[in-house]
Amino acid sequence: MSANDITRSDVEDFFYDEAALLDEWQLNDWLELLADDAIYQIPSTDTPNSDARKALFLIADDATRIKARVKRLNDTEAHAESPRSRTRRMIANVRITERDGDELSVSANFSVYRYRRNSALRHYVGRYEYRLRVTDKGLRIAERRVILDPTELGTLGAISFIL
Amino acid sequence: MTESPYIIDQPEDMVFRLNRRTLADSEILTREQTAIFDKSWIYCGHESEVSKPGDFCTRTVCGRPVIFSRDSAGAVRVFLNACRHRAAMVCREPCGNTRRFNCFYHGWSYNQDGELVGVPGEESYPPGFDKANFSLAEPPHVDSYRGFWFISFNPEIADLKDYLAGATEYIDLVADQSPSGEMQVIQGTQEYDIKANWKLLVENSFDDYHLLTTHKTWLDYMKDSGVQVEPPKGQGLLLPSKGIGKGLGNGHAVIDNINFRGRPVARWISIYGEDAKEEIEEIRAELVERLGDERAARVADTNRNLVVFPNLVINDGSSVTIRTFWPVAADHMKVTAWALGTKEESERARARRLDSFLTFYGPGGFATPDDVEALEAVQAGLATWRETEWSEMTRGLNKEGEQLNTDEEHLRAFWREWNALMTADS
Repeated sequence: MSANDITRSDVEDFFYDEAALLDEWQLNDWLELLADDAIYQIPSTDTPNSDARKALFLIADDATRIKARVKRLNDTEAHAESPRSRTRRMIANVRITERDGDELSVSANFSVYRYRRNSALRHYVGRYEYRLRVTDKGLRIAERRVILDPTELGTLGAISFIL
Repeated sequence: MTESPYIIDQPEDMVFRLNRRTLADSEILTREQTAIFDKSWIYCGHESEVSKPGDFCTRTVCGRPVIFSRDSAGAVRVFLNACRHRAAMVCREPCGNTRRFNCFYHGWSYNQDGELVGVPGEESYPPGFDKANFSLAEPPHVDSYRGFWFISFNPEIADLKDYLAGATEYIDLVADQSPSGEMQVIQGTQEYDIKANWKLLVENSFDDYHLLTTHKTWLDYMKDSGVQVEPPKGQGLLLPSKGIGKGLGNGHAVIDNINFRGRPVARWISIYGEDAKEEIEEIRAELVERLGDERAARVADTNRNLVVFPNLVINDGSSVTIRTFWPVAADHMKVTAWALGTKEESERARARRLDSFLTFYGPGGFATPDDVEALEAVQAGLATWRETEWSEMTRGLNKEGEQLNTDEEHLRAFWREWNALMTADS
């Protein structure tokens, strides 16, 4: 299988499964969707197209840091997510923008609602830029970049969950 | 001895109490606008953000929209971002470079020096109308210390250096990281709100007493990464290394800690990776050569969280962050945070600095979200201020001389100055 064999519908199925795992806080299972060299990044809102080596990001995790993030979030002493937020992700406008060997680049819009006791609804809107890799176990995430539309986080506060 | 509606400060009786109303009541915030913010030097920006003539950044300082910019002669200028005709903001871009600030409402335009240079239909103004009288307004005082630019709306404010008092030593320790003395604000701004009183972030920014419990998962992450996080035995310390807390005059205060957490400037830890060792040793060698052994160690082997009264924080820890914050309500603040690096550092060193920043700081870091949660939990609890009026703030009050970073002398230093300004005749 190469990237040429993957359809938009395959990618959508993958995204919906990933979204379900994250909304259900099945973070250990979510880790299984990541390639060994996965990265997870959220640029600062004023520099959405920058490079994490040159600009301050909100999140710029390599694979080791992603695992540490999940370990932290599985700990009840990650106070910002204890009790946990309830989230609901809507993913749309999925487009495969490039196919290159066993990898494909995908762009999608997201709308993530976050509820938590004593807090107002927080609504995160933006787009995902993924690099997905075709493996014998199925698609795996090599890069997961979250680009927020708001010009500042403002009342969205901290991004303590996996966005 | 001080007794006010806000604090009871009686060290001789081992009493220091803070009235919780100071953190919850909107009447206090109204008074703070004039008694605190309009009376102090307030951080506006860093010189590196406006390096060339015509460079500008717009932001809100002391509740006023301002343009932090560099004029045609290369001098840093701060203009009030309000057209002299009807007050519309003349610049609505966050940052950039421009020859003119144009008010689109009726078309008045200003040059890089703030001078009014264009008025459509100028002939309809009566005789005596002179454009020279309508330059963009400027705060009464604008001054800098080692690249950090401040403004004050208090015409009688002390000179900036006198105002900064002992804080200059700690700003020097940051700026001295750079071989040229020039630091640089790195692109990418973290802007987020906390539903809490702004003074809670002052306290939190250098309160090391909360580290063990609030940041347990961060300490676990450090430990998993090979960093020694157990307190040394027999020294009565809560934290992995010794640190002190102290006031620096005029409400400024600091915690000054022996580093245990690694520093991209000259103190390697395993998180940075084996291949970073050599470069970090080179950075250290440069520091030693330029500053001597003792001062190089001071810069490299301590981390320091500095509060410049009232609302500037410079934390030189896992990385350097500049943080300032503004109240929008008694229970709501807007926070802006930047990363600061040396102008000369290599791309690899810059990347390491930024990576190290994110292990702790920021809305997606491993620590800051739990600080936000703590402050919001405090603010929710503060709704009981009428029933439980006072907060105890006496840690270390019985000690003669040095106090620890987990004591509260540095917090008291901030509150004493705050109280003095709030109770002064205005």
